Amino acid sequence: MSTEAFSAASEQPDPSGHFGVFGGRFLPEALIAALDELTAAYEKAKTDPAFHAEFNALLKDYAGRPSIITEVPRFAEHAGGARVILKREDLNHTGSHKINNVLGQALLTKRMGKTRVIAETGAGQHGVATATACALLGLECVVYMGEVDTQRQALNVARMRVLGAQVIPVAIGSRTLKDAINEALRDWVTNVDTTHYLLGTAAGAHPFPAMVRDFVRIVGVEARRQVLDLTGKLPDAVAACVGGGSNAIGIFHPFIGDPGVKLYGFEAGGDGVETGRHAASITGGAVGVLHGARTYLLQDEYGQTLESHSISAGLDYPAVGPEHAWLHATGRAEYRPVNDDAAMEAFRLLCRTEGIIPAIESAHALAGAIEIGKELGPDATILVSLSGRGDKDMHTAARYFDLFDADVREEDQQ
Amino acid sequence: MSRLSEVLAAARAENRAALIGYLPAGYPSVEGSAAAARAMVEGGCDVIEIGLPYSDPQMDGPVIQRAVEHALAHGTNTHHVIANARAVAETGAAALVMTYWNPIERYGVERFAEELAAAGGAGVITPDLIPDEAADWIAATDKHGLDRVFLVAPSSTDARIKLTADAAGGFVYAASTMGITGTRTTVGNRAAELVARTREATDLPICVGLGVSNGAQAAEIAAFADGVIVGSAFVRALLDAPDEQAGLDAVRALAAELAQGVRAGR
Repeated sequence: MSTEAFSAASEQPDPSGHFGVFGGRFLPEALIAALDELTAAYEKAKTDPAFHAEFNALLKDYAGRPSIITEVPRFAEHAGGARVILKREDLNHTGSHKINNVLGQALLTKRMGKTRVIAETGAGQHGVATATACALLGLECVVYMGEVDTQRQALNVARMRVLGAQVIPVAIGSRTLKDAINEALRDWVTNVDTTHYLLGTAAGAHPFPAMVRDFVRIVGVEARRQVLDLTGKLPDAVAACVGGGSNAIGIFHPFIGDPGVKLYGFEAGGDGVETGRHAASITGGAVGVLHGARTYLLQDEYGQTLESHSISAGLDYPAVGPEHAWLHATGRAEYRPVNDDAAMEAFRLLCRTEGIIPAIESAHALAGAIEIGKELGPDATILVSLSGRGDKDMHTAARYFDLFDADVREEDQQ
Repeated sequence: MSRLSEVLAAARAENRAALIGYLPAGYPSVEGSAAAARAMVEGGCDVIEIGLPYSDPQMDGPVIQRAVEHALAHGTNTHHVIANARAVAETGAAALVMTYWNPIERYGVERFAEELAAAGGAGVITPDLIPDEAADWIAATDKHGLDRVFLVAPSSTDARIKLTADAAGGFVYAASTMGITGTRTTVGNRAAELVARTREATDLPICVGLGVSNGAQAAEIAAFADGVIVGSAFVRALLDAPDEQAGLDAVRALAAELAQGVRAGR
C-alpha cells in the first residue's frame, strides 16, 4: 500500500482549517496549543513513511482491509434497475468505517507521547472502536456517553468496559451525543498535557475535519479502484449517509475531482424535516458555530442548539462536518433527507434480498440509492457506502418491525 | 475611554485590583438576576459580567451549567441579556456580556454590538472566539465602541499572548488554570506566571479568572493582577439560597468579602 490513501492532495482546507467560510477553530485559547500540537504531529506523519507503514499494517492485518465491494442485483431491482455496488465497511473489525480513523489517531497519540485517550460516543460504535484501539496500543481510555444513550445502548457500554475502557455517563443537557462532546471537551482542557481527544467524526475544530477525512479516505480510494476493475468505468453516483459525515467524506473525497461522478449525502430526516423532529443539519438547519467549527446546525433564532431526532443513533447529531457544508455550498455534493420509515424499509429490503444486515445509519444511504436509482435509470451505476453492520441495531429493528414474541415484548416495554 | 477602562483605572488609582463578578441572566429569573447583579454592585463589584445562557457551555463546570440550564428552560434569551446589561450600567458599574460565540453570530454580529452599546454595555467576553476568527467581531465592536475581551491561558505561547492582547480591549482575561469554571481550593502559581508573561506583551490591564471563591484567594490574586474575576462562587451562593431575598443577601455579602480581599492584596 502506498501513501496515496492517507495523503489527500487537496486544496481544502486552507492552512488555518477553513473550507470556504466553514470550519476554522472556535474553541477556547486554552486548547489552541493542543490543536497546534496535533496539527504538527499530523502534518509530520503525513509525509513520514514509517507512519504510513505502521498505519497500513494495522489497516491490513488488524482491521481487515481492503474491504470488498459487493454488487447487489436483487436489491437493485428496487432502485430503478441501476447497478448498485456496496462498499463493505461493515466487514471491518469492530463493524464499521470508524476503525480507520481510530487507528490513525491512536497512532498519533503515541507519537505525541500522550498516554490517555478520551472520546465521545452516541450509539457506542466510535466508543467501541476507540476502546479497541486503546486496548491494542496500551492506552488509557475514557469514553463519554450521554446517559440516555448508555441506557439505549447498554450492550455497547458493556463491550467498551470489557475492552478496558472507563465509560462515563453524561447527565446534563439533553444527555445525548452533543453533551458527551461537551463533557469530553471539558476533560480535554483540564488534562490536555497527557490526553488526546480522539474525535469520532470529520467535524470539530481544525485539524480534526481534514485529519479524520484523510484517515477514512482509504474507503474511497479502494472503492474507486474496485469499481473501475469491476465495471471498467467510474460510478455515476456515490451515496453515503451523513451524520457528522466521516464515512461520507471518506468515500466522496477521492471522487471530488471526477466531474462525472455525482455525490449524494443522505441526512437523517427522522419523522420528516417538516415536523422539526430530524437530524438533517444541511437540509433543515442554518449556518452557525458548534463544537469548534462553523457549519450547518440545528438551532433556534437565538443560536441555541436544538435537539436532533433519528431512529439511527449514529446520525442523531445536530451539526455536520464543515467540509460537507462546503461541498453543499459549492454544489459539488447534493444533500437530501431520508426519513426513519424510508431508512427502515431499505434496511428490511437489503436483509431480505441480499442477506446483508446493514447498520440503520447505512440504511439511509441505501434508501437514498433507491431514490436516485429511479432518477438516474437502469444505465447508471451507484456506489453505496455500507458504512457499518446492523448487529448493534437488532433491538431497534425488532421493536420497529414488531419481531419480539409477546413475552419478550412485555419485558422490553417495562 | 470606555466605562470599563474608567472603572479599571479608578481601581488602579486606589492601588487595588478591581472586582469583577459573573452571573448568568435568567437565574433565578430575568428580574431576579438583575436584582442579584445590583446587589453584587452594592457589595463592591466594580464590573459585572452578564452571562448569556447557552445550550452547550463547553467551558463551564456543574455550578454554572445548572444555573444556565434553568435560565434556558425558563425562556431566557438574548434580549433579556441586553436588558440586564442596561440594568447594570444604570448602577454605574461597567456592564460586560460573557457569551459563547454562536448566540452572537445567530443574533447578528452587527445587531448585537449595536444593541448592547445602545443599552450602555461596555464590552463582551467571548471565551470560544479567538482573534484569528474574529474579523467581523473586531469590525463591529470597533464601530460601536465596545471593548472585546479575549482570553489567554497557561498553555498559550508568548506569540499567541501577543496576538491576543493586541486584538483585545478593556483588559486581557487570564485563565488561571487549565480547566473549566468552578471553585478551587488553590488557584496556584500558574496564574502569576501567566500574568507576568502577559505583561511583557501589553499595557492593558490583566484580570484573572477561574477558581476564585473567597476573600483570601482574591487578595492572593490582587497582589499581581489588575482585576479578580469571580463567577461560580456567586452562582453557588444563589443556588444554595433558600429564597430570593436570601440569595441577594448572600451575593451582596460575598461581594463585600471579595471587595475587602482585592483591597488587602497589596
